[in-house]
Amino acid sequence: MPLSGQEKTAAQRSIEDIYQKLGERAQVGATTTCPVELTSAFVKMAASQSCGKCVPCRIGLAKLAGLVDEVLEGAATAASEAGEGTIGLIEELAESIYLSADCAIGYEAAAVAYTAVKAFREDFCYHIERNDCMADAFAPVPCVTGCPAGVDVPGYLALTAAGRYDDAIKLVRKDNPFAVACALICEHPCEMQCRRGMVDGPVNIRAIKRFAADRAQNGITNTAPFQLFPRNAEPTEKRIAVVGSGPAGLTAAFYLACMGHAPVIYEQRAQLGGMLRYGIPAYRLPREALDAEIDYLLAHGIEAKTSVSVGKDVALDELHAGYDAVYLAIGAHAASRLGIDGEDAQGVISAVDLLRLVGDGDAPDFSGKGVVVVGGGNVAMDVARTALRLGADKVTIAYRRRKQDMTAQAAEVEAAVAEGCGLLDLHAPVGIQAKGGTVCGISLQPQMISVIEKGRALPKDSGADRLTLDCDIVLVAIGQRIDSGAFEQAGIETSCGRIVATGGAGLPGKAGVFAGGDCVTGPATVIRAVADGKAAARAIDGYLGFAHPISFEPDIPAPFFKSRIHCARSNMTELAGKDAHKSFDLVEAGLLPDEAAQEASRCLRCDHFGLGALRGGRQVSW
Amino acid sequence: MVAKSNPKETKAKAAKEPNPKEANTVEDTANSGRVNVTINGRQVQAFENMTILAAASMAGVKIPTLCFYWGLNDPGACRVCVVEVEGEDQLVAACNNKVYEGMAVKTNTAKVRKARKLNVELLLSQHNVQCTSCVRGGSCELRLIANDLNISEVRFRKGKKKPVWNRDFPLIRDASKCIACWRCVQVCDNMQASHIWAMKNRATHTGVGVAKAQPIEQSLCTICGQCITHCPTAALKERDDVDRVLDAIADPDKITLIQIAPSVRTSWGESLGLDREKATVNRLVAALRAVGIDYVFDTDFTADLTITEEASEFVERFTHKDSYSWPMFTSCCPAWVRWVKGNHPEMVDRLSTAKSPQQMFGATAKSYYAQALGVDPCRIVSLSAMPCLAKKHECALPTMNDACGAQDVDVALTVREIDRLICADFIDLENLAEEDFDEPLGIGSGAGEIFGATGGVMEAALRSGYYYVVGTNPDPDAFAVVRGQESWKEATFDLAGTPVRIAIASGLGNAEKLIEAIKAGEADYDFVEIMACPGGCVGGGGQPISKDLGIRAKRSKVLYDLDSNNAYRFSHENPAIVKIYDEFFGKPLSEKSHHLLHTDHQGWGMPNA
Repeated sequence: MPLSGQEKTAAQRSIEDIYQKLGERAQVGATTTCPVELTSAFVKMAASQSCGKCVPCRIGLAKLAGLVDEVLEGAATAASEAGEGTIGLIEELAESIYLSADCAIGYEAAAVAYTAVKAFREDFCYHIERNDCMADAFAPVPCVTGCPAGVDVPGYLALTAAGRYDDAIKLVRKDNPFAVACALICEHPCEMQCRRGMVDGPVNIRAIKRFAADRAQNGITNTAPFQLFPRNAEPTEKRIAVVGSGPAGLTAAFYLACMGHAPVIYEQRAQLGGMLRYGIPAYRLPREALDAEIDYLLAHGIEAKTSVSVGKDVALDELHAGYDAVYLAIGAHAASRLGIDGEDAQGVISAVDLLRLVGDGDAPDFSGKGVVVVGGGNVAMDVARTALRLGADKVTIAYRRRKQDMTAQAAEVEAAVAEGCGLLDLHAPVGIQAKGGTVCGISLQPQMISVIEKGRALPKDSGADRLTLDCDIVLVAIGQRIDSGAFEQAGIETSCGRIVATGGAGLPGKAGVFAGGDCVTGPATVIRAVADGKAAARAIDGYLGFAHPISFEPDIPAPFFKSRIHCARSNMTELAGKDAHKSFDLVEAGLLPDEAAQEASRCLRCDHFGLGALRGGRQVSW
Repeated sequence: MVAKSNPKETKAKAAKEPNPKEANTVEDTANSGRVNVTINGRQVQAFENMTILAAASMAGVKIPTLCFYWGLNDPGACRVCVVEVEGEDQLVAACNNKVYEGMAVKTNTAKVRKARKLNVELLLSQHNVQCTSCVRGGSCELRLIANDLNISEVRFRKGKKKPVWNRDFPLIRDASKCIACWRCVQVCDNMQASHIWAMKNRATHTGVGVAKAQPIEQSLCTICGQCITHCPTAALKERDDVDRVLDAIADPDKITLIQIAPSVRTSWGESLGLDREKATVNRLVAALRAVGIDYVFDTDFTADLTITEEASEFVERFTHKDSYSWPMFTSCCPAWVRWVKGNHPEMVDRLSTAKSPQQMFGATAKSYYAQALGVDPCRIVSLSAMPCLAKKHECALPTMNDACGAQDVDVALTVREIDRLICADFIDLENLAEEDFDEPLGIGSGAGEIFGATGGVMEAALRSGYYYVVGTNPDPDAFAVVRGQESWKEATFDLAGTPVRIAIASGLGNAEKLIEAIKAGEADYDFVEIMACPGGCVGGGGQPISKDLGIRAKRSKVLYDLDSNNAYRFSHENPAIVKIYDEFFGKPLSEKSHHLLHTDHQGWGMPNA
C-alpha cells in the first residue's frame, strides 16, 4: 500500500458521504419501522463491509440476509413438528457466524441479527405465518409520532410561517396546553424524528414554537383578554379531584374543563405548576410566562386549592367519596440520597429542595460561597447555574462517569460550562467533610470508565489518589423519587415507589381513581407528563360515560416546494455577556424573524408529502 | 287529504363526497380567490386551493393519472401525474398539490416524459401481465396508461406477488395484479365505513391486504363490491359464475329462468358498445333467450311484491309503535344487511323482515311458478342478473331456501358477468329484435322500476303506504322530493294526519353517519332506506366499471323515465301482484307470505361466508 498523506480521492469522499448519510438516516430512524425489514437492511449493510476472507462472513451474512428476505416475501417456512423452520435456521446461522467469524465485521453483525431475531421473534413469526407486518402503520407524520402528546407540528409550523401566531399556539394547545412552557423548555423528542434530518439536520421545531409563543395573544407575554380554547360540551356537573398541579395534573384538568367537567386541583405547595415551578429555574422558564400560562388554563374553569396536602390535610378516601373521579399526578419530588459520610451536614442541600426554595421566593444566598454539584443530569446543570445566580463564588460539577455519559442534554452542559461552572468528570463523591456541623469540603475518588452494562458505561475506582475540594455547599442532584407513602397507606398499589396504573391511566382495583405523570413513569419530561394528562382526561371522560372530542381545525396553509434546497438549521442563542449568569432573566434568545421564516420553510411538510397524503396528515380532534 | 311533500322540508345532509377533498370544481370554489397560473405556456385564472391537475383541466391541458380518483384518492403514489414547476428541481405530483400565484407548470418536458414512463414501467415489472386472459380487458387503467405512454418493453427483472385467496368468496383479490394505488383502502375506509382493506407489510414489500391479516371470509366485508368498481386493474374482481349458468343451460333436465333487476337495464349495454337507446330491457330479454335461458322475468315484479309486504309491515309497526324500536330500516340491500349485522348488531331487529326482491323472486319462482308450470321445483335453476356482488352471498345464505329446500336463487350474476355471457355468444345486438318478458312474473310497475336508485324504495313504499292508510292513491309523483343523488336525504310526509319522518342514505359511510346521529339522539325517523352503494343499485358493485362520475345519474334517469312511462305507477296496482295474492298468498303478511317472503335476519351470523 502506498504511503500517502495526500488529499482524499473523489471516490473516498463519496464513500464517506454515503456513510455520513447512513448515519444521519439511522439517527432519524422511524417509529414504525418493521423490525424484520430493519434486520434485513442491517445485515446487508454489514455484509457490504466484509473483506471477503472468511466463510461465515462472506457467505453467511449474504445467506442470513436472504433468509430474512424470505420472511419478508412470504416465502419462509413456519416452525412445525417437522422442524424449526426458517426462523430456526436464521438463529442457527446467526449464532454460528457470531461464534466462528474471525473479526468484528462478521461477529458483530451476526450478534445484532441474533439479538433482533430473539427480541422480535413475534414479529418474525407474524410475517412468516400471515405474510403481513404487526407493527402499527399509522404514523404518517414522524414529528407528530415522535411527540408523546401528538402535537400537530407541521400544522403549527405552517401557521407560524404564515404569521398566524394565535392559531399556531391554539393548535399546539389542542394536544398540549403548555404551549408556552414547552416553547421554552421542551426536550423536543419531535426533532429526533424529523425527516429533515435525512437532508441537512432536523428542523428547529421548538425555536419556531417559541417564535409563535412570543407573538401570540395568549403566548409568553399575555395581552388579555384570553382567547379561550373552544369548549366542546355543555357543563356535565361532574367533579374531578386532581391531586398535583404539575404538567400532568394541569393538562388533565384543562382538558376535563374543556370537556365540560368541573376539575378541582389539590396542590400541597403554595403555588401551582409542580416541577415547572419547583424544578425548572426561572432563567429557562420565566415566572411571568409560567404564571400567565397557568392563569390562562385556570380560566377555562379549573378550581385550585393550594397548600392542601392529600394524605395529610385531606384523606384520599374523602376525595374518592366526594368526587366523581380522582386523578393522582403527584410527581417525583423526593430527593435521592448519596449515602456517604457527612451527608447530613449543614450545607448539603438536595437539588429538589433548592429549586423548591427558589420557586417559592425563599432562595438562599450563596454569595462568596464555593459550591459543588454532584450529578450529571439536566437537574444538576439547573442547580449549578442556579447556584451561580445565587451569588456563588465558584461552582464545580462532579460526575462519576465521563462528560459524554451525562444524561443532561449536551446543550445544557455546554451552557453551564459557558457560564463558568467547572466540570470534574470521572470523580465520585466518597465523603463530605464538616466543621462544626457545617460543610467544609468533599472528597472525590477519581474513576476510570469501564465495561458497558445494559447500554451504560460503568465507572470504577481508577486507583489514583483521592481529591478533596474545599466548599461550603454541596448540591445533590442524583435523581428524584416519588413521595407515595401516604397513598400506599390509602391502599394504592405501588412498585418501587411508583404508582401502578394500567393502560389508560386507571388504577387496578380502584374504580374512578386514575394516575399519571412522573409518579407513574418515574422522573421524565414535561411533554411525557402532558401526554399522560391528556390520556387521563380521555380515560376519565370515558369513565364518566362521555366521549367529548377536543378539536381545533384551522385552515392550514398549503405546502410549497421550496423546502428542498439544502439549508442549515438555525439555533437559538444564549444571551451573550458575562453577567447573564448573575440574573434569573431568560437566557435563551428567540430566532430573528428572518431566521424563523427560513427555519419554518425547512419543514418538509410530511403532513402532505409521503404517507401523510394517503392517510391524512392530521387528526383534527381526539 | 293530499300528501304533503314540501321540497323545503327535504334537506340534503352531508352532501359532500365521502372523503371531502379540497374544492376542485367551479361550484366549490365560487367564493374563493383567483390565482394566475401558466400551464404549458397557456395563461389560466385558476381558483385558490385548486390542484395543478384541476387547473390544467381548466386550461384544456390533460395530465395523465393512474392512482388518482376524483374526490376519493389522491395520495400521489404512482407518480404518473408529475409535472415540472418552474424553479423546482424535482417534479411535483399534479393531483394533490395546489396552484399558487405566478406558478408556471409544464406537463411534457423531457424530465416529465422520462419519469412518468419509467414509473409505469416499474409498476409493470411487478404486475402479473396477462392481458389476453384478464377480465378487465380494455378497461384496465394500467394497460391504457402503458399503451398511451408508448411502453413497448420492461427492462427490469419481473417479480410478482403470490396471490393467496379463497376462490369461493364472491370477491376475489389477485395480489399479483395489485399496483398499490390505495383506492380500495380509501373506498372501504371513507366511502363504505368498513375498513376491510389495509396497508400490508412495510417498506419495499408494502402492499394491500385484509386488515389484521384476516382471511377475507372471516372479516366483516359487506361484499358491496365498491372496491372492484374503483380498482384500476383486475386485482379485485367478482367470482365468475358464468360457467355454472352455461352448464345449467346445457343440462336437458334443467329449466332455467332468470330475473333482471331494475338497474341492470340501465347499464348492460355500456361495456357491449351499445347505445343507451338500443340497450333496452326488452333487447336484454331477447339476448338472454338467445343465450338459451328458458324464461326471462323481471325483478320489478318482486320489487312490487316487496313493497306490498314492506309497506304493510311498516303500517303494522307504525300502528303499534310501542312494540317496536325505531326507525324501521329497509332490508333489500344485502351489503347493508351484512354491514349493520357486523357493525351495529343491536339495530338488526329494526330491519324490515321482508326479503329482498331477488329472494322473493326465487321463493316465488320455485313455488308459485313451479306449480303453474307443473314441474318439480328442483328442476328449476333460478338465475338472477344483478348490479350487485353481495347478491351472490345473499342467495347462498342458509335462510334463503324456503320454497323447496334448495337455494331459492341458484346463481346470481353481476352485470359484468351477464355482459360476458352475452358477448361470448357473438349475438348481433344491433339487429336483435326486442322481446317481452315472460308472464306473469315479468310484469312490474313504475314503482318497482325505481328500486334501482337511491330513494326509489322509499318512494315506492310511500306511494303504496299512503294508499293503505288513506284508502286512495296519491299523485304518483307526490314524493318526488326523495329523488336525487344526495347522500343523506330526509323529509316528513303527512299520512292521514300523522307525520311520517323518513330518511334515505346511500353509501355505507353515510349510513354510519345517519346511525350515529340516531344513536346520539340527533336524528329521529320512522322509516329509513339504506343502500350500500352510493346512488343505490345504479352505482352497484356489480355494475360495469366506469370512470364517468356522472354515470349514476345517467343510469337513474333511465329508471325514472321508465317509471313515468309505465302504465302502472303503484306496486299494489300491478295486476300480477293482485293476481298472486288472489291465487297464492292471500294477503300481505299472511302465513304463506311470512314463510316465503319474509326472513329472520338473526337466522345467520356474521361473517357467515
